[in-house]
Order: sequence, then structure tokens, then C-alpha cells
Amino acid sequence: MHKVWVIVRKEWSEVFKNKLVLFTVAFMPLMFTALPLIMLAVTAPSESMSGLSSSDMPASFGAICGGMSESACAQYWLVSQFLILYMLMPLMIPVTIASYSIVGEKSTRTLEPVLATPVKTWELLTGKALAASLPAVLVTWLGFFAFALGATILATSPEVVARFLDPLWLTAIFVLGPELSIAAVSVAVLISSRVSDPRVAEQLSALVMLPLLAVFFGQVTGFFFLNETLILWMALIMIVIDAGLLFFATQLFQRERILTRWS
Amino acid sequence: MIHARGLTKQFGDLVAVDRLSLDVESGEVFGFLGPNGAGKTTTIRMLTGLIAPSAGRATVAGYDVTKEGYELRKRVGILTESPGLYDRLSAAKNLSFFAEMSEVEDVSGKVERYLRMLGLWDRRNDEAGAFSKGMRQKLAIARALLHEPQVLFLDEPTSGLDPEAAHLVREFIAGLKAEGRTIFLCTHNLNEADRLCDRIAVFNSSLVAVDRPAALRTQLYDRIVVFHLREVERHFERVVREHPGVSSVETMDAKLVVRMDEPERINPELIRALVEAGADLQFVGEVRHSLEDVYLHLIGDKGDSPEEKAGDADA
Repeated sequence: MHKVWVIVRKEWSEVFKNKLVLFTVAFMPLMFTALPLIMLAVTAPSESMSGLSSSDMPASFGAICGGMSESACAQYWLVSQFLILYMLMPLMIPVTIASYSIVGEKSTRTLEPVLATPVKTWELLTGKALAASLPAVLVTWLGFFAFALGATILATSPEVVARFLDPLWLTAIFVLGPELSIAAVSVAVLISSRVSDPRVAEQLSALVMLPLLAVFFGQVTGFFFLNETLILWMALIMIVIDAGLLFFATQLFQRERILTRWS
Repeated sequence: MIHARGLTKQFGDLVAVDRLSLDVESGEVFGFLGPNGAGKTTTIRMLTGLIAPSAGRATVAGYDVTKEGYELRKRVGILTESPGLYDRLSAAKNLSFFAEMSEVEDVSGKVERYLRMLGLWDRRNDEAGAFSKGMRQKLAIARALLHEPQVLFLDEPTSGLDPEAAHLVREFIAGLKAEGRTIFLCTHNLNEADRLCDRIAVFNSSLVAVDRPAALRTQLYDRIVVFHLREVERHFERVVREHPGVSSVETMDAKLVVRMDEPERINPELIRALVEAGADLQFVGEVRHSLEDVYLHLIGDKGDSPEEKAGDADA
């Protein structure tokens, strides 16, 4: 594992000198933390919720609220949309870093000297995957901690805060988030080791966000709502998907093809 | 140290390297010359375990390039055609990264040693992206040496460098040669190969010739000695022509251009004969064919004619 961490440290030393990447890593968590808190602040006094009634929410959401007051339920409904965005964060942030990880090294001609060292393919790919996903997962968690802290102050009732700290949210943030991050990074590494243009790699890698965006729109439109069972199933399925993606990424990473066929 | 037998690499229908067989001994500097696209880089990649041969086999430092690539890469250093440095990392961080990847034990010690050796210690904290081409190349050579490889592969080490930087790099390679390192040197610079290499191979997808530079010259060209005289008289040419061991003689201005087998043996006798015949000898010199002539001859173009050479010769 030593070489994995050597690669991670090198990637961080290099990547975080790029102000654009730093901005990408910092901006999204700041925005996704500030927005729900602003929403909580705006909707905190129950009077301000007067314009929003249960009829404005998808009919099926009422059942999820259980015994919550109408205003608390409305507030929870509004802010619960951000759960998907918290899951999107560890998926979006590392894609840029990861998609450049192989193609970028090839285009700057640093990949051949790296491959000439006694490094195993899994060490190289794991190092690159961790270097991209760890910062994304950490800032997501930090953002969520900040959000949870702000929510205890700004939420209409403790019941709403309790909902943000229930197994649904905690599983989504602390289990599914990292799993999604690993999947996104694996896809990005996989794509970036098969194409020769960093821009193509980044654009193709961004497609990995589509399934989660579908979940987001499905929830916004009331087609379905994330619940504990669904999140648990997603977490279990993602373990299998991650394992498969990591396996394929390692199998499809062909040193010879990368060295000889890219212009 | 390097042994290849029938090493072949094919990309689809293109045969990049065709049945290459060669042996490089320990401590030898072996020049690998060939035109662009001849397959030199492909050969280096095969010999360093980066790509697999389509056929044939090779061992480097005792390790099979196909089956033991991982162990092999611990024992070879490679300077790739492009320096391939991380521009945003400092010189020291670039080297530290590769030292750790190459399982070097005393990372900071080795990094300091090579940065000092190459005159880059004062710039150790500067980003590699701010370095000149020559400095980048030196840094890349340091990277290839960090793990004290048994065999060093250098792919065009002075390509694209200005004369001063190229000279510095060449001096450094000469220093490595003096240390007794085994070096496999791909280069377009034939003077560099002539000066640094114990043996050279001329390669164009397949091996054209391999030998010491001097031996290749002898194999390809007659040895030519030019006698500079104050004045050439007609009978001087006859005196020389009749001497055993002389293949031919021509008069050019005030010079006699003589082809012969063994100048070391024949020259003293010829000088004596010419003086006895009344010649005022000013200088005697051998026309040396450059490695470029040898190379061009082997690759297809026959190089400068002996007459052109003799006309250019000053001594």
C-alpha cells in the first residue's frame, strides 16, 4: 500500500496547486451547504411557511412526514431535495481530477516514466482513485457537518433536525456517498485510460452523474422518494457495482496500448 | 547484461522491430543508432519491460523482459525521449516521488546526491516547469539514476538541447561511463555516439551492423593517408604505387592521397621512400571517415566520397 499513498501524495501536491481544481473542490460544498441553510433560515418562522401547504408537496410525501406539523413537513420536503445534492458532491468533485489522471499524465508525457517504475497496475489506479475521491468525500462530510450544525439553529422544530440525522441521511452521506465517489472515479479512470484526449475523458466521465440526476428529478417530481430501504438497497448494489468497476478499470488498463497507440 | 534473441515487435501489419539479436556486456556503453521510426524507442520499451515482444526473447540484468517485468524495472533506469516531469512539482519533489516509487531506501539522501551531482541543488525547490530544457533533461537523467540501476537506457538524451546543455549532458554521460555503468544509448547525434560508445549498432527495424565505431569504419572504408608535399613531382606517385600494401594513389594539388591496408606499418616505409625520392614532406595525416559516413553508408546513402574527404583534409 506504500506506493498507493506515494501516488496519492504526489497527486495532491500537484493537483491542489491548480487554483481551478481547488475552486472546484471548495465551491460546490460551500454552495450545497449554504443553500439548504439559507432555505432553512428563510422558512424558519412558521408564518413564512403560510404560503406553502401540504397541497404544494407531492401527495405521497405527507406519509414520510409522519406526525410532523405541516410547516415542519414542508420545510423538511424543501431541504430533503438537497440530500441528492450531497450524494452528487462526492461524485462530481473527483471526476475532473480522475479523468485527467491517466490521460493528463500521458499528454504531459509523465506516464511512461511512472510505468517504468516497479508499480503494479492496481497500485497506480488505486492511488489515483483515492487521490480524487478522498478530498471529495471529506469535503462532503465537512459540508454536511456544517449543515447539521446550522440546521439545529435554523430548523423550525427539532423534529426536522432529527430527520437530517436519521439513518436515511446518515447512510446516504456516510455510506452511499463514498461508494458513489468510488464508482465515479473508477469510471473516470477507466475512461481516461481508454481515450487519448483529456477533454473527451472529462466529458464522458461526467455522464456517470446521470443516474443520480435521474433520482434527483424523480424525487423533485414526486415520482418516488428516497427512504431508508431504498438507500440501503442502493448502498448494497453500489458495493457490487464498485467492485465490478474497479475490476474492469484494472483489466482494461493496458500499459502497452496506452504507451504505443496514443498520439 | 542485455541479451536479445530474435526480438520482434509487430503492431498490426507493421513490423517495428524485426528479429533483433544483440548482446551488451556489463560496463559497456552501447550506441543504438537509426533513423526516425526505425524502432529504437520500441526496442527500449521492450527491453525495459514496458511493452511485450511479439516474438523472441530478451533478458536484461538477468531478468526476462516478458515474464519478470516487475523485477526488471527495479534494476533498469530509463530516460524517456521526453523528460516527462511534473511541472507543478519542485525538482526535489519530482525526484522524491520517483525514488519512492522505485523503492529507494534513503530517498532524501539520494535526491540530494543527484541534485548536487547535476548542479541542481540550489534550484531544488523550484518547480520543474520553470526549468530550461537542459535542466529538465538533467533532472530526468537524475530520476533514471536514483535507484542505482544496473542498466541505464537513454533515449535521445541530448535531443533538442542547445549546444551548451547538450555538452553538459554528454559530459555527465561520460562520467557515468567512467563509473562503469552499463548504458544503452539511443541517439541521432553520431559524434556523441562516436565519442561515448564502446560499440554501436545501426538499426533500421532490423539490425544492420554492430561493432566498435573504428571497426565499422575499417570494414566499410579503405584507410586513406594524405601526404602533403611542398611540390608534387610525377615520379612520387609511382614510388608510392609500387610500394607493397598500397591499394591506390591519386595526386590532388600538392597532396598524394594513398589508400592502404595498414598505415601503421606502411607509413614509415613510404615516408622514407618519398624522402629518398626527393620529396619535401610537410605533413602526413589519415583521413578518418566520420561515424556519420559509416551510418549513412549502412543505412543506404553512401556518405562523402574519399575524394571529398581528402580535399577537406588539412593534415
